[in-house]
Amino acid sequence: MQELLDKYFRKDKLPHIWCPGCGHGIVLGAVVRAIDKVNLDPDKTTVVSGIGCSSRAPGYMKFDTLHTTHGRALAFATGVKHAKPELNVLVLTGDGDAAAIGGNHLIHAARRNIDITAVLFNNNIYGMTGGQYSPLTPTGKVATTAPYGNIDQAFDICNLAIAAGATYVARGTVYNVTQLIGLISKGIQNKGFSLIEVITQCPTVYGRRNKMGTTIDMMKWQKENTVNVKAAKKMSKEQLKGKILVGELYSDTRPEYTEQYTKIVERLQKEGQ
Amino acid sequence: MRLEFRLSGTGGQGLITAGIILAEAAINAGKNAIQTQSYGPEARGGASKSEVIISDGEIDYPKVTEADVLLAMSEEAYKKYKTGLKKGGILIMDSTIIEEDSGVDARVYKIPITKLAREEAGKTIVANIVALGAIAAITGVVPKDALEKAVFNRFPKARELNRKALDIGYKAAQKIQEE
Amino acid sequence: MSKNKPILMQGNEACARGALAAGCRFFAGYPITPSSEIAEVLSEELPKIGGRFIQMEDEIASIAAVIGASLTGCKSMTATSGPGLSLKAENIGYASIAEVPCVIVDVQRVGPSTGGPTAPSQGDVMQARWGTHGDHPIIALAPNSVKETFEVTIKAFNLSEQFRVPVILLLDEVIGHMRERVVLPDIDSIQIIDRKKATVPPEEYLPYKPDKDGVPEMASYGDGYRFHVTGLTHDETGFPNTGSENTDYLIRRLHEKIEKNLDKIIMVDEYFMDDAEIALFAYGSPSRSSLSAVRKAREEGIKVGLIRPVTIWPFPAEVVRKAARKVKKIIVPEMNLGQLIGEVEKHVKSDAEVIGLNRVDGELITPQEVMEKIKEVL
Repeated sequence: MQELLDKYFRKDKLPHIWCPGCGHGIVLGAVVRAIDKVNLDPDKTTVVSGIGCSSRAPGYMKFDTLHTTHGRALAFATGVKHAKPELNVLVLTGDGDAAAIGGNHLIHAARRNIDITAVLFNNNIYGMTGGQYSPLTPTGKVATTAPYGNIDQAFDICNLAIAAGATYVARGTVYNVTQLIGLISKGIQNKGFSLIEVITQCPTVYGRRNKMGTTIDMMKWQKENTVNVKAAKKMSKEQLKGKILVGELYSDTRPEYTEQYTKIVERLQKEGQ
Repeated sequence: MRLEFRLSGTGGQGLITAGIILAEAAINAGKNAIQTQSYGPEARGGASKSEVIISDGEIDYPKVTEADVLLAMSEEAYKKYKTGLKKGGILIMDSTIIEEDSGVDARVYKIPITKLAREEAGKTIVANIVALGAIAAITGVVPKDALEKAVFNRFPKARELNRKALDIGYKAAQKIQEE
Repeated sequence: MSKNKPILMQGNEACARGALAAGCRFFAGYPITPSSEIAEVLSEELPKIGGRFIQMEDEIASIAAVIGASLTGCKSMTATSGPGLSLKAENIGYASIAEVPCVIVDVQRVGPSTGGPTAPSQGDVMQARWGTHGDHPIIALAPNSVKETFEVTIKAFNLSEQFRVPVILLLDEVIGHMRERVVLPDIDSIQIIDRKKATVPPEEYLPYKPDKDGVPEMASYGDGYRFHVTGLTHDETGFPNTGSENTDYLIRRLHEKIEKNLDKIIMVDEYFMDDAEIALFAYGSPSRSSLSAVRKAREEGIKVGLIRPVTIWPFPAEVVRKAARKVKKIIVPEMNLGQLIGEVEKHVKSDAEVIGLNRVDGELITPQEVMEKIKEVL
């Protein structure tokens, strides 16, 4: 643990700004462990974020870090990756950041299959602004802007990413960190666009308002309401009702964007000689 | 010397390209030239206008105010721009398309440009090049070889077709001038 | 004398060629009339020289990608028109506070909104200055010919790199789409300025500690500096610091690095101003109509001159103040209902009378109109 802290964290920036009980620190820990596991060169790794609670994570990480405008992390990251393809690029984003204001960038990053790994911290709420509903807030839940219950339908953001062309898509929880580290590691190793949705808890402005109990209760909820995608294959529709699938949801290979572009560059430079 | 050209018609007739070629030919011939355009949202159809100023000196204001030469290749363009032609200027109209001639104070050249392109050059698409040939023959603003060079530069793959189109326009205009 | 041959070139193409000559190696854009030729030329040329082009999903993504690319050490540009500039506004502010060099081309068309996509306008002059929120520095340049578009695009990159500030290149539809005879300068005669790279080792590097000129050295992502960039107010370390003392220091420094270097940034041409009694103050394509009118008026013995700012922002206040003490009247022709005229009035005070000449019908102001105005105010 101490070794990881020394190697990957800007310790002078800690403690972090997240509330007691917030799951974001666990996600950040999993991201760093995954980076360590797959042995990325920290000097060649850029971590990009947008705006929101999750997007403060890169500030604590000892890499090249880019804290951008709301929703635009993937667009900035696309510029970083396309301009310097040898860099490993990770995006840390939230449900409001990636699914609402940045939704367009998400589907297009997936469509291009650009080699970026996006970790989406899904706490089902806009935390930093005080608890407004997001596109990933389930129907019926209460938020400061849905005082009578949310009537919106939530995205299944993983299915959206798969449909848009992402080549690695997974969902994990902060309850099952071991699994989460594995999923993020595989996402980083995928040569293409990867999305890892992480179900995390916001006890302060989401759990409390929706009477979901303590942080422990919220993490237990994650355990009880998720089913591994492999186990789900053997389960009936009835048994799966209301359950959230976790694990590796999709994996494929398709040409990666910056590699394709580099091929054009190489061809033209050869012709020009 | 300063000559102002207005090439007008509808989108898709290649008039903007014709303007570019004319300006390029003038530069090939050692003159100063500027080309501007106005067009609607349509890639095909609608009104289209390409303007060229050819001069021996500096060109400050880049637009044509009173054209010395008006090429009209559509009824709509003819009606719209005939009043912008200098008194005693040159009007070249595509008689394939425009039938009316409402008495403009100009030297009028009625040439069946589109018909010549279609029937003699073999392709309607080169009507703009036929028109350029006619303009060169009538105005003498650029030598034929400078114009030909500019056409080939723009369309390196269709040299024969364009050379033919240019000749057809040139000869058609010369024939009218001789009459 | 340049060894290059005279050629016919379009303004937008000259902009793209100027960018390449300046060392631009990354372009991200979104199609919009009347700017698309810039993207088209760069999509063809950039990969030939090892550069990268990308057509993004929207205007916001384009400027975002440009900023990201610039942080890797790559000179970067985007191009758009008024509607796109509105969309890019937020991230132009980001480039401003995070001090990321980038060039934003705006080929102005009639607005507001979709307005007139193929008709020229100068309606974005104030948007260029104040389009993004908050107090921020900006540089905006407005060339008036194809050749100058080539040269000023290079200048835009130079200033952006030198001062780590977004530079807006304000073309208009006439300049962007016009083709004219140009003799491009020899490549080896062109001055190119690159950003100051970090000179200290990573452990000593403070990404926002300014040098004497007010501009900090800039490391590139991937070079081992592992630094943080944020749109929040930050201190010299680059990390958020929203304390009032620090905020005041940062915002003032961002302005001062421009204000203290006006001599390097402001470019103004003057014509026939020595004995002028009336001055025209014109930029972009109307400055060509103005110069044409000035030449004609001079032939008639009317003492009129032309002040033509190439640098629109920061506003060339000193030039205007000086002129106002000499001339009786200043005419400001603009393809808007009076945007830069307000700036002229602000600095002229009561030293001279300021008169607007405005067109918003999507047509270029003619020399005749300028001439009539000169005679009207004589």
